[in-house]
This record gives sequence, C-alpha cells and structure tokens, in this order.
Amino acid sequence: MDRRKVEEGIFRVLMVLATGLILSSLVMILLTVLVKGLPYLSLEMVTQTPRGGYYLGKGGGILNAIIGSLYLAGGATLLAILFSLPVALYLNVYSRPDARFVSVCRLAFDVLNGVPSIVFGAFGFTLMIYFGLRASLLGGIIAIALLILPMLIRAMDEVIRLVPRELMDASYALGATRWETALRVVTRQALPGILTAVLIAFGRGIGDAAAVIFTAGFTDAVPTSLLRPAATLPLAIFFQLGVPVPEVQGRAYASALILTLLILIISVAARRLSRRLTRHVVK
Amino acid sequence: MENRAHIRVEGLNVHFGSEHVLKDISLSIPDRKITAIIGPSGCGKTTLLRSFNRLIDSSEGVRVSGRVMVDDENILDARAEVTHIRRKMGLLLQRPYPLPMSIYDNVAYGPRIHGIRDRRRLDEIVERFLSKASLWDEVRQRLSQPASVLSLGQQQRLCLARGLAVEPEIILGDEPTSALDPQSSQRIEQTFTELKSDYTIVIVTHILRQARRLADHVIFLYLGELIEQGPAWDFFNNPKQPMTREYIKGLIS
Amino acid sequence: MKRLKLFPISRRAKDLLAGKLMLLLTILAALLVLLMVAGLYLKSRPVLASQPLAELLFSTKWRPFRGQFGFFPFIMGTLWVTGVAVLIAVPLCLLTAIYLSEYAPARVREWVKPLIDILAGIPSVVFGVWGMLVVVPFIKDSVAPFFKVFSTGYSILAGGIVLAIMIFPVIIHVALEVFRAVPQEVREASLAVGATRWQTVKHVVLRKALPGVAAAIVLGIARAFGETMAVLMVVGNVAKVPGNVLDPAYPLPALIANNYGEMLSIPLYDSALMLAALILLLVILLFNLLSRAVLARVERSIR
Ligand SMILES: Nc1ncnc2c1ncn2[C@@H]1O[C@H](COP(=O)(O)OP(=O)(O)O)[C@@H](O)[C@H]1O
Ligand SMILES: [Mg+2]
Repeated sequence: MDRRKVEEGIFRVLMVLATGLILSSLVMILLTVLVKGLPYLSLEMVTQTPRGGYYLGKGGGILNAIIGSLYLAGGATLLAILFSLPVALYLNVYSRPDARFVSVCRLAFDVLNGVPSIVFGAFGFTLMIYFGLRASLLGGIIAIALLILPMLIRAMDEVIRLVPRELMDASYALGATRWETALRVVTRQALPGILTAVLIAFGRGIGDAAAVIFTAGFTDAVPTSLLRPAATLPLAIFFQLGVPVPEVQGRAYASALILTLLILIISVAARRLSRRLTRHVVK
Repeated sequence: MENRAHIRVEGLNVHFGSEHVLKDISLSIPDRKITAIIGPSGCGKTTLLRSFNRLIDSSEGVRVSGRVMVDDENILDARAEVTHIRRKMGLLLQRPYPLPMSIYDNVAYGPRIHGIRDRRRLDEIVERFLSKASLWDEVRQRLSQPASVLSLGQQQRLCLARGLAVEPEIILGDEPTSALDPQSSQRIEQTFTELKSDYTIVIVTHILRQARRLADHVIFLYLGELIEQGPAWDFFNNPKQPMTREYIKGLIS
Repeated sequence: MKRLKLFPISRRAKDLLAGKLMLLLTILAALLVLLMVAGLYLKSRPVLASQPLAELLFSTKWRPFRGQFGFFPFIMGTLWVTGVAVLIAVPLCLLTAIYLSEYAPARVREWVKPLIDILAGIPSVVFGVWGMLVVVPFIKDSVAPFFKVFSTGYSILAGGIVLAIMIFPVIIHVALEVFRAVPQEVREASLAVGATRWQTVKHVVLRKALPGVAAAIVLGIARAFGETMAVLMVVGNVAKVPGNVLDPAYPLPALIANNYGEMLSIPLYDSALMLAALILLLVILLFNLLSRAVLARVERSIR
C-alpha cells in the first residue's frame, strides 16, 4: 500500500521534472539567442546588404539574406499550394472516404513528410543538373517547395477532412458539382485551417538550410531574377559563424535572433489570423 | 391531376456493406401534397430520403438497386445526370447547415451555380425566396452578415430559402424541426403548409403528432421494410396492418 | 427544361476535367518518394559500379582523390549521434507525454502544447548556434575535465544533446496522439478496481499504447537520422570511427552538406554523396513505413 504511494509520488515528480526540462530547453535557446544577438542587432543589419569586407568585420547588413529568404520561402509556398490544395481536395471531395487509394496516398504523404531536408536538397540538385539549371533562386524555390509539399498536403488534408459531410451534401442538394462544392464551400469552410498550414509551411521554408545549400547558392546582392543565386538567412548565419572574427560572429548571433523573431512572428500570426478568418465558418 | 405520383419507387434495395437497410421498397409519393415518412429511428427513413436525390451515392460501402422514378425518369440509372436531378429537389437536414458565406450568398449560391450572374436578378431572387421561407423581414437589414449569426430556427428557414431558390419541384426534409425549439418548429410547419400548393413535400419525422398535423399522405417504415402507406386520414384512423396500429398506439400513450 | 439541361453538361465537363487533373497531381505527389529514390539511385550508380557495396558500406578509407569511398566512419557517426539523442530524448519525452495526457490539468496542457509547437518550429541553424554557444563549451569545460579527458567540446555528446531537443516535439506529439487513442473506459476499469493513477498508466495505458509508443520513438529516430545543420555545427566533423561520446564524429548528412562545393571537381565524388543521400533516404523510408503502419492500426482500433 505504502510502496504504491511512494512509486506514484516518485514518478509524478519525474514527470513534472521532465516536462520542466523540455520547456526550459526552449526558454534557454530563446534566451541565449536573445542575449547574444541583441548587442549586435542594429538598423544597419536589416536595411543594408554586405559592403566590401563585411565578412572581415566592416559595415553592412544582411538585407540580401532576409529578402532572399522571403522570396524563396514565398515562391516555394505559392508553388506548393498549387499542388497541395488540389491534392487535399481530391482526397476529401472527389474520392470516397473509404477508398483504398486515399489511405495509400495518405501513407505516401506521411512517409514523404519524414524525408529530411538534406535529401530534398540532394534530389533538387540532381533535378537542377538534369534541367541544366545553376544554383539559383528558382532552384532553391523548387527544393523548398518539394520539402514543404508533404507537410502542406497533410495539414490541409487534416483540416478539410473536418468539414462536415452535411455541408457538402447541402451544396450537392442544390445541384452543385463536386468541383463547385470543393471550390466554393469546402475551401471556404476550411480556409482558416488552410491559412495556418500555409503560414507554418512558410516559416519552415524560411528556416531551412540543408535543402538550399546546394540549390540556391549565395550572394551578397538582393536577388533580381529567378535564375540568379539568392542568399538565405540560415546560410548567412552559418557562413558568418565560420569566420573567426568576433564582430562577424556577433552579427551571426544577431542574424540568428532576426531569424528566430521572424519565425515566432509567423507562428503567432498563424494563430491570430486563423482566429480572425472564422467569420463565415459554420460551426 | 389529383392523384398523380411525383415520385415512384419500385423494388428499392439498399445495402451498407453486409447490412440490408432498405428491403424491396415500392411506394409512390403524390404530387403537391405533404408526405410524411415515419418509423422508429434506425429503420431507414433517412436512407430512403437520400436515395430520392442520390445523395446516398456518397456514403461509404453503399449498394443500391431498384428504380426511383421522378417525373418518369429513373434517377438511379447510371446515365442520369445527378446535378440536374438534385436541383429538382430542395433538401432540409436535421440540423441546419448554412454554407460558410453571407446570408445573401447562401440564397444566391444555387442560382449562381446554375448560371445567373445578373445582380439585379439575384437581388430579386434572394428577396423572393427569403420571403417565401418567411425570413425576409428578419434579415433584410443584414444580408451581408455571415449566415452563422442567425439563430438555429432562422438558419433552418435560410436553408429552406436556399433550397427554394434553385426552383425545385420537390422539398425533402429529414426531421427538419428536430433541432429547433417549439416556436421555430411551428414556423417551419406553417411555411410547409403554405408551400404545398406549389411543391411536393416529403418529410421524415419520428414525431407522430407532427405527421398528424401536417401530412396528407403517410409512409410507415419498420426495420427497413415498408409496412403501410396511404392517405393520412385512413392511416391514422383506420390502419390496415396490426403493426401500424401498435405503433400509433405505442407513441400516443 | 430542355434548355436548362444543356447548361449542366459544360459544368459537368469542368467537374470531370478538374477531377482528372487533381487525380493526376495526387498520383504524381504520391509517387514523389519513388521518384526521389530513382533519381538518387541513377546518380549513385557510377560509384556503386566502381566498388562492391560491402566495401562502400564497411570500409573506413575515405579518400575521394583516390576514388576510395568508405562510408563506415560516417555511418557509425550517424548511429552514435542518433543513439545518444534517442537515449536522452525517449525517457524525457515519455514522461512528459504521460504527464500531459494523464496527469496535467487541461489548463497546463493548453499552455504547454503551443510551446512544444514553437520548439518544433525553431530553425535547425538556431539550434546549432545554441549548441555552439552553450553545449560545446559546457562539454569542453565541465564534462570532459570531469572524466579527465581532453575534448574540444565538438563531440557526439554535443550533437546528441542538440538533436535530442530537436526530436522532443516529434516524439511527444505522436505519443500524445497514441495515448489519446486509449479509450477512457479502459482507464476507468483499472481505477475502479482500486489501482492508483500510476499503476493504471503502467499496466494499462502503456501496455495498450506500446506499439504506438514504439512507432513514436522510431519516428523520432528517423527524424534524428536526417537532421543536418544543427548537428553539423557541433559534432566536429572528423572522418574517423568514434570510440566514445566525447569523440568528434562525422554523420552522413553533414558529409553531404559540407562537400557540395568540391563534389563536382573530383570524379565520382558527387556520385558518392548522392549515394549517401540515397542510404539516408532508404533507411528513413523503412523506419517511416514501419511506424506509419503501426500508427495506422492504432488509429483504426479507435474508430
Ligand atoms: N453511411 C452509412 N454507413 C453504414 N450504415 C449506415 C449508413 N447510414 C445509415 N446506416 C445504417 O442504416 C440503417 C438506417 O439508417 P437511417 O436511414 O439513418 O435510419 P433513420 O433515419 O430511420 O433513423 C441504420 O441501421 C444505420 O446504421
Ligand atoms: Mg435519420
């Protein structure tokens, strides 16, 4: 009797400790980046491109990488939406829910979702060679689009699956086709969830480094064409860290702070936006 | 014209997987009357109703055989065009399901899908059918608000207006008042009686009193079988089957 | 009536056409995995032809200039780092998941879950920065001296710690789903015969959830296997078979990422790196398929 209570108590303490440890790792990471990065953060960092000698400690900023990352993740997200929304709609509106095809596809997307970004990078690289493309904004967009495609499909699939069957029936009962129902009713009802998924995918696209290391290249200029190389924030951090000059390393921390803030803002926006867009959604 | 059948069902069988849900049903539903389908829950009323507009097609693992004749067209025929069939029938579900858009767009949804783009014509349609569903006066000031702000009873009337706006000949209702408060139910019932001079109305209900109040014609299902059908007065006052007698008594006491 | 009937035909054509297109996209997307395997395989054929597979996998000689590509140090590096990460992450994640699903009040759960989502969203590079700033010096200045050895801090242990934190969200997320799939009645039945909470968890919930928990862990392993940037930044990148956790290592993803620059100038080098990517992909596919199959069964059992 007593032993049972002791065991219960011990495990309860362990569980709370484990949870605390996991949460404190998050806090620690955020605090470290903040404390180390803040002293080096300046307006110059976010408004200027690297000037001559930037990587030796001279002036300039990482505007090239910020813009590059936004272009790259934005382009990749748009591209991935074009593919993922039709797929999610097909699985939930056009297919019968019990179809074997649907579960096989879901499995395929789950598995694809587990593929690491370095492999997407390598595959994107072979694609680029095949099509005779050099490391460029376009190459990076393709690699990142491939990377976020499975997570977008699965996330959209999950929200579209929650659209009540009766809502679709109500539209069919008026003589609407599946296409019309998918476009005007299902997408609309699922819109908040879809947008959340899109924003999260966008964040993931900004943060990823391994998939763009082969495919996007790096440059100190703000990209002006899809076929030119583009800098990205994660790689900018990586390269600055590799320079044994304290000033440059400090700016790497500041860049990490910028990247983290960007991601946090996006994830908060994802929650906010989805709440605001529920105006028309039927409960 | 008095006794023309609008819907005629011949030898309808529906299976869900191994479950035989509707067993060899044959019946007819008169034109411009209110027909009530009654029976205990789980006996196949919803299934029967959904086979009238082929919404049953979208259920998992369903098999359907037999004929459902609407205006002398067998709608179960594989060649039949479903969107055109469905357009002929408005549908009200147990719970109102407004579409995720404004009140106005809900009513205009069907007409727009069927090719009407002219704003003035749409305005006119929206007003006409909201009035028919006796909702116009309550919403005329806030047509652009999301449909979800309406009360349940109002939403159900909105769904009725939405269904009427594609100019169906038949209105199908699957226990359309079961989620509503007594007052809203009464308004819906009243609207049905007003509409029956223009439409064939079929409602599923398990409330016997509602069937008595509304129905001109009654269909009684039990465990997937058709037990009895006939004019309401005969059905309630002079049932032919012992089972019907039991059922009527059982629910009255 | 007749006039109206013409209209639906073009709408129907649109419906059918859209359906066909969407089906095509769906099939393409679902086949993407196979396409990736095929593409990487084609690219790695030259190096596969140059020497036997066993030598590629088990030789320790990595001399690209002489055409010798022995992956063994890299494979071992990956296994060590992943192993350390899993050893750290699994107990912590299981305890946390049990706490959140069985003990924590709803309010706590609602607070903790978004925080774990945030952790999942932090970019790999930022984990790497943190690892370099905190974990590496900690190992160099505290852990290594404690064991009376020298270490630069850039080590398997550093990689494992950083990686463990990165896979927390994966394991916790899946484990929570699995626990949720255990019916409430089962718990109540156990509590009703006088078992304590923890006994119920140990004997009933965990027992029922075991396959799913295993799947969660395997998914965590798969994720750890392929993680690149953060590990690369703290693990030292020395192409030698490691002997203990304070040694540096050179995992496969880091190998690929670090050498993209040179790979086109040395014959067979690019092919070897694509083979590394293929190996990663195949192992991860296998792990994912296994755990997804188990999870699909878990999900079916609750429906
Ligand atoms: N989509 C479905 N899949 C499997 N079985 C179903 C489905 N819909 C209805 N059924 C079964 O068919 C029978 C009749 O259901 P239903 O027509 O909804 O009855 P009612 O509307 O009279 O309550 C029930 O036993 C129900 O379990
Ligand atoms: Mg029913």
